Amino acid sequence: MIFLELFARFFLVGLFSVGGGLATLPFLTDLGETTGWFGSADISNMIAISESTPGPLGINMATYVGFQIGDHMGTAFGFLGSLIATLGLITPSIIVIIIISKVLVRFRDSKYVEFAFYGLRAASVGLITAACLGVAKTAFYHAEALTQTGSIFMAVDYRSIILSALIFICVTKFKKIHPIVFIVAAAAVGIIFKL
Amino acid sequence: MKILLKLFLIFARIGGFTFGGGYAMLPMLQKEVVEKYGWATQEELMDYYAIGQCTPGVIAVNTATFIGYKIKGIPGAIMATLGVVSPSLVIVSVIAAFISNFQDLQVVQHAFAGIRAAVVALIISAVIKIGKKSLVDIFTVIIFLAVAGLSFFTDISPILFVVAAGVCGLVINLAKLRKVKDGGEK
Repeated sequence: MIFLELFARFFLVGLFSVGGGLATLPFLTDLGETTGWFGSADISNMIAISESTPGPLGINMATYVGFQIGDHMGTAFGFLGSLIATLGLITPSIIVIIIISKVLVRFRDSKYVEFAFYGLRAASVGLITAACLGVAKTAFYHAEALTQTGSIFMAVDYRSIILSALIFICVTKFKKIHPIVFIVAAAAVGIIFKL
Repeated sequence: MKILLKLFLIFARIGGFTFGGGYAMLPMLQKEVVEKYGWATQEELMDYYAIGQCTPGVIAVNTATFIGYKIKGIPGAIMATLGVVSPSLVIVSVIAAFISNFQDLQVVQHAFAGIRAAVVALIISAVIKIGKKSLVDIFTVIIFLAVAGLSFFTDISPILFVVAAGVCGLVINLAKLRKVKDGGEK
Protein backbone atom coordinates (compact mmCIF):
# COMPACT_ATOMS: atom_id res chain seq x y z
CA MET A 1 0.00 0.00 0.00
CA ILE A 2 1.68 3.15 -1.24
CA PHE A 3 0.03 5.45 1.30
CA LEU A 4 1.32 3.44 4.22
CA GLU A 5 4.80 3.64 2.74
CA LEU A 6 4.33 7.39 2.18
CA PHE A 7 3.47 7.85 5.86
CA ALA A 8 6.39 5.72 7.02
CA ARG A 9 8.89 7.45 4.73
CA PHE A 10 7.87 10.93 5.83
CA PHE A 11 7.76 9.81 9.44
CA LEU A 12 11.46 8.97 9.08
CA VAL A 13 12.22 12.29 7.39
CA GLY A 14 10.48 14.08 10.27
CA LEU A 15 12.33 12.01 12.83
CA PHE A 16 15.80 12.66 11.46
CA SER A 17 15.66 16.19 10.12
CA VAL A 18 16.71 18.33 13.02
CA GLY A 19 16.95 22.10 12.76
CA GLY A 20 14.09 23.37 10.65
CA GLY A 21 12.61 23.15 7.17
CA LEU A 22 15.78 23.23 5.10
CA ALA A 23 17.21 20.41 7.19
CA THR A 24 14.63 18.14 5.53
CA LEU A 25 16.29 18.73 2.16
CA PRO A 26 19.07 16.12 2.26
CA PHE A 27 16.56 13.56 3.51
CA LEU A 28 14.12 14.43 0.75
CA THR A 29 16.85 14.10 -1.87
CA ASP A 30 17.68 10.71 -0.46
CA LEU A 31 14.01 9.74 -0.40
CA GLY A 32 13.63 10.69 -4.07
CA GLU A 33 16.64 8.60 -5.01
CA THR A 34 15.64 5.47 -3.09
CA THR A 35 11.96 5.45 -4.05
CA GLY A 36 12.08 7.08 -7.48
CA TRP A 37 9.00 9.11 -6.47
CA PHE A 38 10.58 12.38 -7.59
CA GLY A 39 13.84 13.72 -8.99
CA SER A 40 16.08 16.70 -8.33
CA ALA A 41 14.09 18.89 -10.77
CA ASP A 42 10.97 18.20 -8.71
CA ILE A 43 12.86 19.19 -5.58
CA SER A 44 13.91 22.59 -6.94
CA ASN A 45 10.33 23.07 -8.11
CA MET A 46 9.14 22.21 -4.62
CA ILE A 47 11.51 24.69 -2.98
CA ALA A 48 10.30 27.43 -5.31
CA ILE A 49 6.66 26.67 -4.47
CA SER A 50 7.42 26.40 -0.77
CA GLU A 51 9.05 29.79 -0.83
CA SER A 52 6.07 31.34 -2.59
CA THR A 53 3.40 29.99 -0.27
CA PRO A 54 2.75 30.52 3.42
CA GLY A 55 3.66 27.90 5.96
CA PRO A 56 6.72 26.04 7.16
CA LEU A 57 9.04 24.89 4.39
CA GLY A 58 9.19 21.26 5.49
CA ILE A 59 5.41 20.99 5.62
CA ASN A 60 5.01 22.54 2.19
CA MET A 61 7.47 20.09 0.75
CA ALA A 62 5.77 17.08 2.32
CA THR A 63 2.40 18.30 1.05
CA TYR A 64 3.75 18.81 -2.46
CA VAL A 65 5.52 15.46 -2.67
CA GLY A 66 2.52 13.65 -1.19
CA PHE A 67 0.29 15.23 -3.80
CA GLN A 68 2.53 14.29 -6.68
CA ILE A 69 2.65 10.67 -5.57
CA GLY A 70 -1.08 10.26 -5.03
CA ASP A 71 -1.92 12.25 -8.15
CA HIS A 72 -0.92 9.35 -10.42
CA MET A 73 -4.15 7.68 -9.30
CA GLY A 74 -6.33 10.78 -9.63
CA THR A 75 -6.62 14.23 -8.06
CA ALA A 76 -8.56 13.00 -5.02
CA PHE A 77 -5.72 10.62 -4.22
CA GLY A 78 -3.36 13.57 -4.64
CA PHE A 79 -5.08 15.34 -1.75
CA LEU A 80 -5.02 12.14 0.30
CA GLY A 81 -1.30 11.82 -0.43
CA SER A 82 -0.72 15.41 0.75
CA LEU A 83 -2.50 14.74 4.00
CA ILE A 84 -0.73 11.47 4.70
CA ALA A 85 2.77 12.77 3.92
CA THR A 86 2.20 15.82 6.12
CA LEU A 87 0.84 13.76 9.01
CA GLY A 88 3.83 11.45 8.66
CA LEU A 89 6.22 14.37 8.86
CA ILE A 90 4.67 15.95 11.97
CA THR A 91 3.98 12.80 14.01
CA PRO A 92 7.55 12.38 15.33
CA SER A 93 7.65 16.08 16.33
CA ILE A 94 4.42 15.79 18.28
CA ILE A 95 5.60 12.71 20.15
CA VAL A 96 9.07 14.06 20.93
CA ILE A 97 7.86 17.50 22.02
CA ILE A 98 5.17 16.05 24.29
CA ILE A 99 7.81 13.90 26.00
CA ILE A 100 10.13 16.91 26.39
CA SER A 101 7.26 19.03 27.73
CA LYS A 102 6.53 16.40 30.38
CA VAL A 103 10.20 16.30 31.40
CA LEU A 104 10.43 20.11 31.44
CA VAL A 105 7.41 20.42 33.70
CA ARG A 106 9.12 18.13 36.18
CA PHE A 107 12.47 19.96 36.10
CA ARG A 108 11.22 23.50 35.60
CA ASP A 109 12.39 24.60 39.03
CA SER A 110 15.84 23.05 38.69
CA LYS A 111 18.48 25.76 38.74
CA TYR A 112 20.57 23.78 36.24
CA VAL A 113 17.79 23.89 33.67
CA GLU A 114 17.43 27.62 34.25
CA PHE A 115 21.23 28.02 33.88
CA ALA A 116 21.23 26.21 30.54
CA PHE A 117 18.26 28.23 29.26
CA TYR A 118 20.10 31.44 30.09
CA GLY A 119 22.54 30.52 27.32
CA LEU A 120 19.97 28.87 25.05
CA ARG A 121 17.79 31.98 24.81
CA ALA A 122 20.71 34.10 23.68
CA ALA A 123 21.54 31.49 21.04
CA SER A 124 17.92 31.45 19.87
CA VAL A 125 17.96 35.21 19.38
CA GLY A 126 21.24 34.82 17.49
CA LEU A 127 19.85 32.14 15.17
CA ILE A 128 16.75 34.19 14.43
CA THR A 129 18.91 37.23 13.67
CA ALA A 130 21.01 35.16 11.27
CA ALA A 131 17.87 33.88 9.54
CA CYS A 132 16.65 37.46 9.25
CA LEU A 133 19.95 38.51 7.68
CA GLY A 134 19.45 35.69 5.16
CA VAL A 135 15.99 36.97 4.21
CA ALA A 136 17.33 40.53 4.06
CA LYS A 137 20.04 39.43 1.66
CA THR A 138 17.51 37.88 -0.75
CA ALA A 139 15.17 40.83 -0.39
CA PHE A 140 17.65 43.68 -0.79
CA TYR A 141 20.50 42.32 -2.84
CA HIS A 142 20.28 40.75 -6.29
CA ALA A 143 23.53 39.01 -7.10
CA GLU A 144 22.48 38.34 -10.72
CA ALA A 145 22.13 42.11 -11.35
CA LEU A 146 25.72 42.58 -10.25
CA THR A 147 27.02 39.98 -12.70
CA GLN A 148 24.89 41.36 -15.53
CA THR A 149 25.63 45.05 -15.12
CA GLY A 150 28.86 44.95 -13.13
CA SER A 151 27.51 47.72 -10.92
CA ILE A 152 26.96 47.23 -7.22
CA PHE A 153 24.34 50.02 -7.35
CA MET A 154 22.17 47.96 -9.68
CA ALA A 155 22.37 44.97 -7.33
CA VAL A 156 21.00 46.79 -4.31
CA ASP A 157 17.21 46.94 -4.29
CA TYR A 158 16.57 50.41 -2.84
CA ARG A 159 12.81 50.23 -3.21
CA SER A 160 12.61 47.09 -1.07
CA ILE A 161 14.85 48.68 1.55
CA ILE A 162 12.59 51.74 1.68
CA LEU A 163 9.47 49.55 1.96
CA SER A 164 11.10 47.55 4.74
CA ALA A 165 12.15 50.72 6.60
CA LEU A 166 8.64 52.19 6.31
CA ILE A 167 7.10 48.99 7.66
CA PHE A 168 9.60 48.90 10.51
CA ILE A 169 8.68 52.45 11.50
CA CYS A 170 4.97 51.57 11.39
CA VAL A 171 5.51 48.40 13.45
CA THR A 172 7.32 50.34 16.17
CA LYS A 173 4.90 53.26 16.14
CA PHE A 174 1.58 51.41 15.90
CA LYS A 175 2.01 48.45 18.20
CA LYS A 176 -1.64 47.44 17.97
CA ILE A 177 -1.59 46.61 14.26
CA HIS A 178 -1.43 42.88 13.55
CA PRO A 179 1.59 41.61 11.55
CA ILE A 180 -0.83 40.09 9.01
CA VAL A 181 -1.89 43.62 8.00
CA PHE A 182 1.70 44.51 7.13
CA ILE A 183 2.23 41.31 5.16
CA VAL A 184 -0.92 41.82 3.07
CA ALA A 185 -0.11 45.50 2.52
CA ALA A 186 3.47 44.69 1.50
CA ALA A 187 2.23 42.08 -1.00
CA ALA A 188 -0.07 44.72 -2.50
CA VAL A 189 2.75 47.27 -2.68
CA GLY A 190 4.95 44.64 -4.34
CA ILE A 191 2.33 43.99 -7.03
CA ILE A 192 1.47 47.66 -7.62
CA PHE A 193 5.07 48.90 -7.84
CA LYS A 194 6.35 45.71 -9.52
CA LEU A 195 9.08 45.14 -6.94
CA MET B 1 -13.63 21.96 23.77
CA LYS B 2 -13.80 25.66 23.06
CA ILE B 3 -10.14 26.17 23.91
CA LEU B 4 -9.14 23.36 21.54
CA LEU B 5 -11.00 24.99 18.68
CA LYS B 6 -9.37 28.28 19.56
CA LEU B 7 -5.90 26.71 19.54
CA PHE B 8 -6.62 25.24 16.12
CA LEU B 9 -7.91 28.51 14.65
CA ILE B 10 -5.20 30.76 16.09
CA PHE B 11 -2.45 28.46 14.91
CA ALA B 12 -4.10 28.11 11.50
CA ARG B 13 -4.00 31.88 11.21
CA ILE B 14 -0.35 31.92 12.21
CA GLY B 15 0.50 29.15 9.74
CA GLY B 16 -1.41 30.86 6.96
CA PHE B 17 0.65 34.02 7.22
CA THR B 18 4.07 32.57 7.92
CA PHE B 19 6.17 33.22 4.86
CA GLY B 20 9.69 31.85 4.85
CA GLY B 21 9.96 29.21 7.56
CA GLY B 22 9.63 28.90 11.30
CA TYR B 23 11.55 32.06 12.15
CA ALA B 24 9.12 34.21 10.23
CA MET B 25 6.46 32.91 12.61
CA LEU B 26 7.97 34.78 15.55
CA PRO B 27 6.27 38.17 15.05
CA MET B 28 2.91 36.40 14.73
CA LEU B 29 3.52 34.24 17.80
CA GLN B 30 4.46 37.29 19.84
CA LYS B 31 1.28 39.04 18.82
CA GLU B 32 -1.16 36.18 19.31
CA VAL B 33 0.37 33.85 21.88
CA VAL B 34 2.22 36.31 24.12
CA GLU B 35 0.45 39.66 23.83
CA LYS B 36 -3.13 38.75 23.01
CA TYR B 37 -3.77 35.48 24.83
CA GLY B 38 -0.93 35.30 27.35
CA TRP B 39 -0.42 31.60 26.60
CA ALA B 40 3.37 31.95 26.98
CA THR B 41 5.96 34.59 27.94
CA GLN B 42 8.65 36.01 25.65
CA GLU B 43 11.23 33.93 27.52
CA GLU B 44 9.24 30.72 27.12
CA LEU B 45 8.91 31.41 23.42
CA MET B 46 12.71 31.58 23.13
CA ASP B 47 13.04 28.36 25.14
CA TYR B 48 10.68 26.62 22.72
CA TYR B 49 12.62 27.92 19.72
CA ALA B 50 15.90 26.71 21.22
CA ILE B 51 14.50 23.24 21.94
CA GLY B 52 12.71 23.20 18.58
CA GLN B 53 16.11 23.66 16.93
CA CYS B 54 17.64 20.56 18.42
CA THR B 55 14.67 18.21 18.31
CA PRO B 56 13.44 16.46 15.18
CA GLY B 57 11.02 18.14 12.85
CA VAL B 58 10.02 21.54 11.62
CA ILE B 59 10.48 24.40 14.14
CA ALA B 60 7.03 25.85 13.51
CA VAL B 61 5.44 22.50 14.33
CA ASN B 62 7.60 21.99 17.40
CA THR B 63 6.70 25.42 18.76
CA ALA B 64 2.99 24.87 18.12
CA THR B 65 3.13 21.50 19.87
CA PHE B 66 4.86 23.04 22.91
CA ILE B 67 2.30 25.81 23.32
CA GLY B 68 -0.65 23.54 22.62
CA TYR B 69 0.59 21.06 25.21
CA LYS B 70 1.13 23.80 27.78
CA ILE B 71 -2.42 25.07 27.34
CA LYS B 72 -4.40 21.84 27.07
CA GLY B 73 -2.18 18.75 27.29
CA ILE B 74 -1.96 16.20 24.50
CA PRO B 75 -5.22 17.17 22.75
CA GLY B 76 -4.01 20.79 22.81
CA ALA B 77 -0.67 19.80 21.31
CA ILE B 78 -2.39 17.91 18.48
CA MET B 79 -4.90 20.68 17.71
CA ALA B 80 -2.30 23.48 17.67
CA THR B 81 -0.07 21.42 15.39
CA LEU B 82 -2.86 20.49 13.00
CA GLY B 83 -3.81 24.17 12.97
CA VAL B 84 -0.37 25.38 12.01
CA VAL B 85 -0.04 22.89 9.13
CA SER B 86 -3.57 23.07 7.71
CA PRO B 87 -3.18 26.25 5.62
CA SER B 88 -0.05 24.80 3.96
CA LEU B 89 -1.88 21.58 3.32
CA VAL B 90 -4.79 23.28 1.59
CA ILE B 91 -2.84 25.95 -0.30
CA VAL B 92 0.02 23.77 -1.51
CA SER B 93 -2.18 20.89 -2.64
CA VAL B 94 -4.52 23.27 -4.50
CA ILE B 95 -1.51 24.82 -6.24
CA ALA B 96 -0.10 21.40 -7.04
CA ALA B 97 -3.47 20.29 -8.42
CA PHE B 98 -4.57 23.26 -10.48
CA ILE B 99 -1.82 25.79 -11.11
CA SER B 100 1.26 24.76 -12.97
CA ASN B 101 4.28 27.05 -12.81
CA PHE B 102 2.67 29.02 -9.99
CA GLN B 103 6.04 30.29 -8.84
CA ASP B 104 6.80 31.71 -12.31
CA LEU B 105 3.75 33.99 -12.34
CA GLN B 106 4.92 37.63 -12.42
CA VAL B 107 2.28 38.77 -9.96
CA VAL B 108 3.35 36.12 -7.43
CA GLN B 109 6.97 37.19 -7.73
CA HIS B 110 6.13 40.86 -7.17
CA ALA B 111 3.93 40.04 -4.19
CA PHE B 112 6.71 37.97 -2.67
CA ALA B 113 9.31 40.68 -3.16
CA GLY B 114 7.02 42.91 -1.08
CA ILE B 115 6.33 40.22 1.51
CA ARG B 116 10.05 39.55 1.99
CA ALA B 117 10.65 43.23 2.73
CA ALA B 118 7.84 43.11 5.31
CA VAL B 119 9.16 39.90 6.86
CA VAL B 120 12.60 41.50 7.39
CA ALA B 121 11.02 44.47 9.20
CA LEU B 122 8.72 42.26 11.28
CA ILE B 123 11.50 39.89 12.36
CA ILE B 124 13.79 42.78 13.31
CA SER B 125 11.07 44.25 15.52
CA ALA B 126 10.39 40.80 17.03
CA VAL B 127 14.10 40.28 17.70
CA ILE B 128 14.35 43.64 19.46
CA LYS B 129 11.43 42.75 21.72
CA ILE B 130 12.79 39.35 22.55
CA GLY B 131 16.40 40.53 22.80
CA LYS B 132 15.46 42.87 25.65
CA LYS B 133 14.28 39.85 27.65
CA SER B 134 16.99 37.37 26.67
CA LEU B 135 20.17 39.44 26.41
CA VAL B 136 20.49 40.38 30.04
CA ASP B 137 24.24 40.85 30.51
CA ILE B 138 27.58 40.86 28.71
CA PHE B 139 27.75 37.04 28.50
CA THR B 140 24.41 36.66 26.77
CA VAL B 141 25.30 39.47 24.36
CA ILE B 142 28.54 37.67 23.47
CA ILE B 143 26.69 34.37 22.90
CA PHE B 144 24.14 36.21 20.76
CA LEU B 145 26.76 37.93 18.58
CA ALA B 146 28.81 34.76 18.17
CA VAL B 147 25.81 32.63 17.16
CA ALA B 148 24.34 35.27 14.83
CA GLY B 149 27.67 35.80 13.06
CA LEU B 150 28.71 32.17 12.79
CA SER B 151 25.28 31.02 11.75
CA PHE B 152 25.03 33.64 8.99
CA PHE B 153 28.53 33.19 7.58
CA THR B 154 29.07 29.44 7.99
CA ASP B 155 27.10 26.24 7.40
CA ILE B 156 27.52 24.94 10.95
CA SER B 157 24.39 23.13 12.15
CA PRO B 158 22.14 25.12 14.49
CA ILE B 159 22.08 22.12 16.84
CA LEU B 160 25.73 22.70 17.64
CA PHE B 161 25.09 26.34 18.56
CA VAL B 162 22.18 25.45 20.78
CA VAL B 163 24.08 22.73 22.63
CA ALA B 164 27.20 24.92 23.01
CA ALA B 165 25.15 27.86 24.28
CA GLY B 166 23.37 25.64 26.80
CA VAL B 167 26.71 24.40 28.13
CA CYS B 168 28.06 27.98 28.25
CA GLY B 169 25.00 29.08 30.21
CA LEU B 170 25.52 26.29 32.69
CA VAL B 171 29.25 26.97 33.13
CA ILE B 172 28.85 30.75 33.42
CA ASN B 173 26.14 30.49 36.04
CA LEU B 174 27.96 27.83 38.07
CA ALA B 175 31.06 30.04 38.03
CA LYS B 176 28.98 33.00 39.19
CA LEU B 177 27.49 30.88 41.95
CA ARG B 178 30.92 29.76 43.14
CA LYS B 179 32.14 33.36 43.15
CA VAL B 180 29.22 34.41 45.32
CA LYS B 181 29.90 31.50 47.70
CA ASP B 182 33.64 32.28 47.94
CA GLY B 183 32.83 35.90 48.58
CA GLY B 184 30.42 34.89 51.33
CA GLU B 185 33.02 32.74 53.10
CA LYS B 186 35.57 35.52 53.18
